Order: sequence, then structure tokens, then C-alpha cells
Amino acid sequence: MLRSLNINPDKCTGCLQCEMACSFENEGVFNPAKSRIKVFSFHHEGRFVPYTCTQCDEAWCLHACPVEAIKMNRETGAMEVLDAVCVGCKVCTIACPFGTVNYNQSTGKVIKCDLCGGDPQCAAACPTEAITYVDADATGLDKMRSWAAKTDNATHAN
Amino acid sequence: MSWTRKILRVNLTEGTLNVEPLNMQWAAEYIGQRGLATRYLFEETDPTCDPLGPDNKLIFATGPLTGTMASTGGRYSVITKSPLTGAVACSNSGGFIGAELKSAGWDMVICEGRSPSPVMLHIVDDKAELVPADDLWGKSVWEADKLIHQKYNDPQMRIAAVGRAAEAGCLYSAVINDLHRAAGRSGVGTVMASKNLKAMAVRGTLGVGNIKDPGRFLSATTEQKKVLAENAVTGQGLPALGTQVLMNVINEIGALPTNNMKEVQFKDANKISAEAMQEPRESDGKPNLTTNAACFGCTIACGRISTIDREHFTVENKPEYWGNSGGLEYEAAWALGADTGVGDLDTLTYANFVCNEDGMDPISFGATVAAAMELFEEGVITTEHTGGMELRFGSSEALAWCAEKVATGEGFGADLGLGSKRLCEKYGRPELSMTVKGQEFPAYDPRGVQGMGLTYATSNRGACHLRSYTVASEVLGIPEKTDPLSTDGKAGLVKAFQDATAAVDSTGLCVFTTFAWSLDNIAPQVDAACEGDWTPERLLEAGERIWNLERDYNMRAGLTGADDMLPKRLLKDAAKTGPAEGKVSGLDVMLPEYYELRGWTADGQLTQDTRSRFGLPA
Amino acid sequence: MTYVIVGAGPAGVVAAETIRKLDPHGKVVIVGDEPEPPYSRMAIPYLLIRNIDEQGTYLRKAPGHFEDSVEVVHGSVASVDSSAKSLRLSDGREMAYDALLVATGSTPILPPVPGIDGERVTTCWTLEDARKIAEGLRPGASVLLIGAGFIGCIILEALVASGANLTVVEMGDRMVPRMLDETCGAMLQDWCREKGVNVMTGAQVESIEHRDDVAAVRISGGREVEAELVISAAGVRANAGFLEGTGIELSGGAVVVDRHMCSSVPGIYAAGDAACGRDFSTGDYSVQAIQPTAVEHGRIAASNMVRHGSVTHQGCINMNVLDTIGLISVSYGQWEGIEGGDSVSLLDRDGYRYISLQFAGDQLIGANTLGITQHIGVLRGLIQGQFRLGHWKSRLMDNPLLIMEAYLAATQGA
Repeated sequence: MLRSLNINPDKCTGCLQCEMACSFENEGVFNPAKSRIKVFSFHHEGRFVPYTCTQCDEAWCLHACPVEAIKMNRETGAMEVLDAVCVGCKVCTIACPFGTVNYNQSTGKVIKCDLCGGDPQCAAACPTEAITYVDADATGLDKMRSWAAKTDNATHAN
Repeated sequence: MSWTRKILRVNLTEGTLNVEPLNMQWAAEYIGQRGLATRYLFEETDPTCDPLGPDNKLIFATGPLTGTMASTGGRYSVITKSPLTGAVACSNSGGFIGAELKSAGWDMVICEGRSPSPVMLHIVDDKAELVPADDLWGKSVWEADKLIHQKYNDPQMRIAAVGRAAEAGCLYSAVINDLHRAAGRSGVGTVMASKNLKAMAVRGTLGVGNIKDPGRFLSATTEQKKVLAENAVTGQGLPALGTQVLMNVINEIGALPTNNMKEVQFKDANKISAEAMQEPRESDGKPNLTTNAACFGCTIACGRISTIDREHFTVENKPEYWGNSGGLEYEAAWALGADTGVGDLDTLTYANFVCNEDGMDPISFGATVAAAMELFEEGVITTEHTGGMELRFGSSEALAWCAEKVATGEGFGADLGLGSKRLCEKYGRPELSMTVKGQEFPAYDPRGVQGMGLTYATSNRGACHLRSYTVASEVLGIPEKTDPLSTDGKAGLVKAFQDATAAVDSTGLCVFTTFAWSLDNIAPQVDAACEGDWTPERLLEAGERIWNLERDYNMRAGLTGADDMLPKRLLKDAAKTGPAEGKVSGLDVMLPEYYELRGWTADGQLTQDTRSRFGLPA
Repeated sequence: MTYVIVGAGPAGVVAAETIRKLDPHGKVVIVGDEPEPPYSRMAIPYLLIRNIDEQGTYLRKAPGHFEDSVEVVHGSVASVDSSAKSLRLSDGREMAYDALLVATGSTPILPPVPGIDGERVTTCWTLEDARKIAEGLRPGASVLLIGAGFIGCIILEALVASGANLTVVEMGDRMVPRMLDETCGAMLQDWCREKGVNVMTGAQVESIEHRDDVAAVRISGGREVEAELVISAAGVRANAGFLEGTGIELSGGAVVVDRHMCSSVPGIYAAGDAACGRDFSTGDYSVQAIQPTAVEHGRIAASNMVRHGSVTHQGCINMNVLDTIGLISVSYGQWEGIEGGDSVSLLDRDGYRYISLQFAGDQLIGANTLGITQHIGVLRGLIQGQFRLGHWKSRLMDNPLLIMEAYLAATQGA
């Protein structure tokens, strides 16, 4: 069964362990600035919200790519960027309505969460279970995804 | 490696910035942060210099584990000579700017001289510049933070700044970073302001790499995070209740200094405790505490995020205080509360917000207010001095008023900004100042926790709990339980805590980990990250070296063994209530034993033998 | 069923693939007029800069991707007989269809200037054009680019990187006037000048005189520039000329489609640059000429070709991202704003960063950014989600960089 990241902001303390784990796994340095998961801080409200790609079914990034540089990993369900193919046109970065595909100026490629090939390091590093990797059906992503339909350019007759 | 091996040297007089390699031989001996920066301070300043003059230096220093995935690896320290104590000052802070500085590629920033006009240090990775800050001068930390963020349009930028209190010369001004984390003690913010350096704004996108053995580092840090998670204090108590978990505990053992340490128990302790912070308010049904929050990389997350009741008199007409901000930690709640006799949670939270907003150390501030209240009740300070405000123990209005006055340095606020020692001296009653070396006590009464008496007396930065937190052993039984009312073995306990803590403070980690970790837990993390072999023994030796170096600096600054002294009240006036009833501090018993263990002379001087044993500079 | 798709760009390819999935047994034919396998024009700048080879521009990389599932025919369509449901190729071949998709894209327009037909003038549109440009690029070569629109800007980096001595002539008052507001366009021009590119705005090429080894380009204001290579990037026009006589409704040369991507003639659909499709923001019908729209069109048209009425197009959001010598600009929706709407902008001229947001009430409807790349897609989420921002609107008015926070607040109640 596919698994996906489940994020519960109520449990987040804003420690950024996830960002460090992500950047270390993907870039080899502890560097929140290079993390694919980002914790947003709401100072006035006293709230922290970790946020990354939900590997949405709509896969805006994948469909927007002109050169087939984003593919779905059938084992993990993750949309993965193929660095060797990506030309850096950035169309996926504006097509993703979640804002979770980012251009990396230093490499000239885009980066996004790839679930670390099925062992997401952000979830492993999270000390409070604000980020967990669970069966896709059981996640609380519904809320995030329900509105994704609003971004769809089409309505489907059944 | 973990060290970036780079120092940014900022000459404020000349307005020049230079890059220097880190002295790696010193790093091998003094680790980083507290130890290493003190080594630089020792080398580069005359210990007799005027703390607020251009010859003093101000060092922002990270540790080798700052900015890494090691739990709590986000600390930095501000090292300088203190204007409050005349001794070495080293104030440690969390938040995010330490890791940001490291991620920008710097182990340390050494600021020297004095800028002719207000400036801000702006660092983006390897680019650093001094920027005119006339527009920020006269602004609170919170206002300055907002203006700087607006100027650079970068929400991710981390900012440390001093507030109006420091500009006005308040001697216990803090450097506040990330709005409500503080390098709080000993007036390091006052030094920063004296240099006309209003703020440091940092953005680091380079990251921290060059870990000696990344695989081993990840497994070591992961393993040690589990130890923190499974420990009752770091895994449950601190995240749920914060350091405030101590309020009721310390009150019950009769060690909660109250009304300027006249008492050792506070009748309203429960009203200002961690438990009270979770009680829904009548007005809006929300508790004082919104959530807990972590500093960079911290898996404990003891930080408090709180709000003040909007209907409370302190903020009813000030919507800018209605949002969430840094809430009460135990030391602040004690100083602002028990020590002043104020048992009103909202007033305490307000005073705490003001301390953060304008950069005051809440311990020294609260304790100074407590001294002022005693002077008032003794009739020494009158409404003529205060302009009408009655400074009575237990008065919420007085506390809030004092905070606002010190924040700006206006009127009586200037007197309060002197700190307890100078205030009591000014009004002719020096014995009412509850200080060591001019720095105010924190929240443990030495009559009820004997080890803390020796801790305060011998702390290299004046009265402080964070130099050897024997409360861990004497109250919480960590690593093993000792009798808080007994002086037996406390000299050795204090020394062991002092040395270990000096090492921890030099790594980039938080001392709160030591509720669960010993150096045995820390050494494998340092060893996996840093070049060389780092055993617990080596860390402990480095800690002892650091302690002796700090002591040496102080001695050269003119301090003597006579400064290792507690106020008479704690030595003569017995505790009136609780388990410690009838007790005074047994400092006279512990101190000679301590000197001997340290290898110092009977009057507390370092010997040549000690110096050479640790390879201290001549 | 026989589905014929005219055009092998993104719209056509996605349509073919979508049909294949929805109707595994139908016959799918793609008619393309270029000799290459289907490729992406978006990738041509990266080919010019030699980050990729020609294969890197191909829309689908797997060998036999098309041949195994659809029939690919090389040829150009000469005419369509909508009553007979058949079309004729220029080489005389005829082809019957049940459903036809016009996904023929567009062709560059050459400005009506004497000498524009000369040997040294090329467009930058096809792989063949790219080869020709690549041939002419060398350090020190003088190159004149007509047009600083999207296409012109996107190839600037390659031209600069080649070491060519570059002049750009743009008719409009600023660079990329159809995508960037005045501030943004002006900053982009400063950026180009800083990079050593002479960009003349409000200027027109008046004539091109072909001499022995150069083209002498006369520019309004009495200026003359000698160029070894002239690249014309002065706009495009839909390729729908072959539909003449079908009675299909065209607008500005493109096929007007309804919300099922169907033209005024049943059985004939259109997608991509050749289609005048519904705009999400305005509800009007226009040619967006962007990759994501082409893909959406192709997908929706295909569904309706298989089962008419099955999918209704809500309209595509107009959006663009442009990398001009390393400075990235973005536009979304109604970036020009609307009458009676609010707007906010934040400018860091020295740092080449800019963001402007446009609101209708408390909803975001458009944006322009420059030099901002992180989480930029969330602007689409905010606009297309039509979220009511409530008090977050005033926070954005205070600091428009807080788009991600505003989005989280809107979607997760953060």
C-alpha cells in the first residue's frame, strides 16, 4: 500500500530537525535553506506549520513538464525530478499550486520532495510525530487535497 | 570538522571587516563558543579595561555542533567583559540566529572598538557589511526587528538586537535574538549598545557540512535524541510544563526566594506556576500558554509561547501586546513574581514581554525591583524618588511600571537600571542587595539548596544558576540525589558541574540536555563531528581548563577570593519556613574545600601549577 | 473511432496519450509537419546554451513511445472538409476522422520590414531555427534581436553566453510588456544592461540592408547597427489557415472553442496556441500561448473527443515564468490588476527583487514577481483557489512576501 507524509501542525514545535534531515539527505549539509520541507512560523498565533509536497494525484508539476523530467515512482507514489533530464525551465514551479517545487539557482534544476525513496528523513527526524509516514488512506491530507479540486481547470461529468 | 574555521572581525571604530582563520590549536583546547571565545577575549583584551569603553570586545560565538542535527545544536554565546560585574561575561542563547550565523559560514564574530554612530552588522553568507542604523536607534528590539525585516524583505533573516534599555545604559541589558530569546545575563547588551552596534542581522544559506564522520554523527545524534525523549525531565516535564515545572517544586522544598530573599516560600507560587499557565482564563477561556516551542534543532522544546489576557490592565489599551510571544520561564517567573511578591500571571507575562521587547535580563530586573521594593518599604526610597509610584511587595502596578521605566531609562528607571548592587549602594543600604560580584541571584535559595550557595559564590560571571546547576542533584536526583540541606560533598559536586557545564556551553549544545545527558552522551556526538578524538575525559578536561581561564581573567581584572561571597542575609538570617527552616548557607564550610579541589590557594588565587596543568596562557 | 490530431506539440501529444488511455481501441493519428520527433520549444534555450542535446528537447524520451500506440504521420494539412470529416495533406494524401483536434500551435510573425526575408535573418522557434542560430553564434559575433518579449528574453542568456555582441530592439515601452508591469520590465532592462546587453525599448527596426558579410539594421531614431545575425522574435500567430472554408469561427487567427474545447463545427476541437480558449480569471476567450495551458487543453479536448461533454473546461490561468540571464520573473492571472481592485508591491531595486499582488476584494487575482523563486507556485494556489483571505489580506498588503503564510492560513487555518 502506498504511504504518504502526514503532517499535524498542532504537534510541531518549530525545531527544524525535519529541514536539517531533508537537506542532509539531499544536499549533504545541514542547511534549512536547501530543505524540501519547510516549517512556517506564525509568531502572532504561536503556531508552526511544516509543509511539503503531498505527491498529489493531480501531479501538476509532472504534467506541466515539457521534457518528461518529472516521473512518478510507482513504488512510493512520489513525483521525482530526474536531474539529468530537467532543463530548468521552471514551468513546474509555477504550475504547482502548492508552491512545493522550487528552482535551485545553483544547480539550474528544480527540487521537490521525493519521499527519500520511501524512507522520508523528515518524518524519521521529527521528535513530536508532527510529521509521520503512514498509509496513504489514513492521512489527514484530505483537507489539503479537497481544495485541490478547486485548482483543477476542469470539472468532470460522471 | 564542524568548525567553519572562519572568524569575522569587525572593527567598529574604523568600520572595517576582516576574515580570519580560526585558531585551531585553541579550538582543540577550548572547543568553541564559551571556551574558545573566552580564550580570544583573554588574548585580545586587557582584563582591567572599561567594559563600556572601546577597548572591550564583544564576541558572538557558535560551537562546533551549532547548526547541526544534534539535538539543541542551535546555541551561541555572547562573550565580553561585563559592565555589571567587572568579570568575564558569557551569555548563552538559543533561538535561531546562532545556527544561522554558522550556516552563513562563521564560527565567531569579534566586534571591537566603538562605532562613531549607530550601525547594524548585516551578514549574508560570506558577505558582511556595517550598515548605518540611525533609524533603528531609539527603537525597541521588536520595532527594530520589524524595520530590519522590512528593509531586507527576507522573512528568514535572523536578528539579534539591543533595545532602548541598553541604549539608556541599563547595566543588565540583554542581547535579544529572534524576538524573545536572550543572551540575557551580565549586561552583554549594554556592551553592544556602548559600541553603537544596534543589531546583527544574519542570513545563512551555506549550511553546516564537513562533519568528520557523517554516518556516525547521524547515528550518534539519533541515539542521543532517544535518550532525551525517554527521560522524564527532557522528554515530558520540560516540553509539557517548561522550566516552570519547578515553581511549585522549589516552593515546596523551601528554596523559593521571596520578597528580595526575606522569605524562602511564596504564598502565591501556585498562581504563577506552570500549572497556572495552563488554566483557562475567565475572560476568554484561553490559557496563558498557547504552545511549547523549540529553539533550533531542539527536540526538548521547553520554550513557552503565551498571550496576555486582553482585558488585563497592562495591555487593555495596547493591542500590540495581544499576540503570542515568548512566555514565562521559571527564572523569569520567579524574579518577576516571587521575588517581588507579585502573584499575578498576566502582570508577570507583561513584564516578561517588556523585558524581551526592550532587552532586559528579567532575573536581574526582577531582583532589582525586589531590592527597590525593600528599600521602599524600609522608607529609604520614597514616592518622591519614584514620582508617586508606591513600590510595595506584591504590587502588580509597581512591577509593570518598573518594567516600562527601565525599558526606556526614564526617571526612576535609570536608578533601577543600575542593578541591585549599585541601587542599594546609592541609597546607602548595600546589604539589601542580593548579588554576588554585582549580579543578581536567580531562583534557588542557598539556604534551602546548599550547593547553589557555593554555585553563586564561585560563579565566574556572578550569581548564576547555569554555571553549576546542582539543583539537578540536590532536588531532582540527577545524576544522583544529594541532600539539599547538607553541605557535605557539595564542593566536589559544584566543581564537577562547573567543569562539565563549561564544556557543554562550548559545544553549541544546550545545558538543559544534561538532565538526561552526561558527557558520556555528548562526547560521541562531538567526536563524530569534530576532528581529533573527543572522549568524555577530554571534554571534562577542556571544561576545567575553561573554568580556570575564566577565573584567571577575573583575577587579572582585579577580582579576588573576597568576591566569592554571599550577602549576609543568606549567611546570617535563617530560613523562616519550610524544610530549610532554621538554615543559613554553609558557604564558609564549602568554600575552602572547593578552593582546595580546584588547586587554588586558600584565598582563591590560581597557582602556577594549575596554570601549567591546563596550559593556560602566561 | 478515428482520432486525428494535427500538431505534435505538447497539446497534441497529451491529447493523443489521453485518448489512448480513454479509448484503448480507437485509432489515433498525429500529423506533424516537422521532421523531428515531438519536442518542446520551451527547451530550445537550453539547447542553445548546450545544457542539453536535441534529444533533451523531446517531449517523450522512451524509444517507440508514439509508434507503439499511435500512428505518427509527417506532413502538413492543406485543407479540411468538415462535412465529409476528412482532411487532405499538402502531398495529396487524404485522411478520414471521426474527431479532429487542431493543435497546430503558432508560427512566428515577421515584422513588415524591408530586408526581413534576407539570409541573415532567422526566427527562433523550431529546432531547425536553433541549429541555424547555434551556427551563427561565436564570441564577438554581432547579433541583433528583434523583440524583447517572452521568446526574445528566454534566449538572451544563450546569446550572451556565446560571447556575442548583442543588441536588442523592442517596440514596446519596456521588456516583456505582455507579461511584466512597468516596474518589472524596467528592472529587467537594468539587469540586462548590467549584463552588457544593449536593450533599446520604444524602438523599431526600419530596414535591414544585406551587405556582403553583414546586415545593416536601421533602427528608429536614425541609429544603425551592423549584425552578422538577426533574430526575429516579434510575436507569433496561430496556425489555422488550413481551416479556411470550413466555416469554423476564428478569432485573431485562432480557433474559438467552447468549454468542451470544441470549435463552432462539431467534431473539430482545438487546443494550445491554436485555440482561443477560456481564461480562468476573466472568463474571456484568448490565446495564452503557454505550455501548461497547451497541456490542459490537450487533456480536456481529448476527453471530449472520446466522449463529448464529459469534461468542462473551467478556464486556464494565465501564467508565465521567464529566466532572463539568471533573473527570474513570473506573472499570474490578472497581474495588471482590475479597476476598483487593490494592489500592493514591494521593490528592492538594488537586489533585483520585486513582487506585486493584485486583489479583487479579499481575493488574490494576479501577481508579478522578479527575483523570487521560493514557493512561487502558491500564487497559483491562492488565485485559482479563490480563497477569501480575510485579515490575511491586510497582512499581505503590509508584507506581500508572506504569500506562503497567507496560503497556509487560508487552507489550513494556520
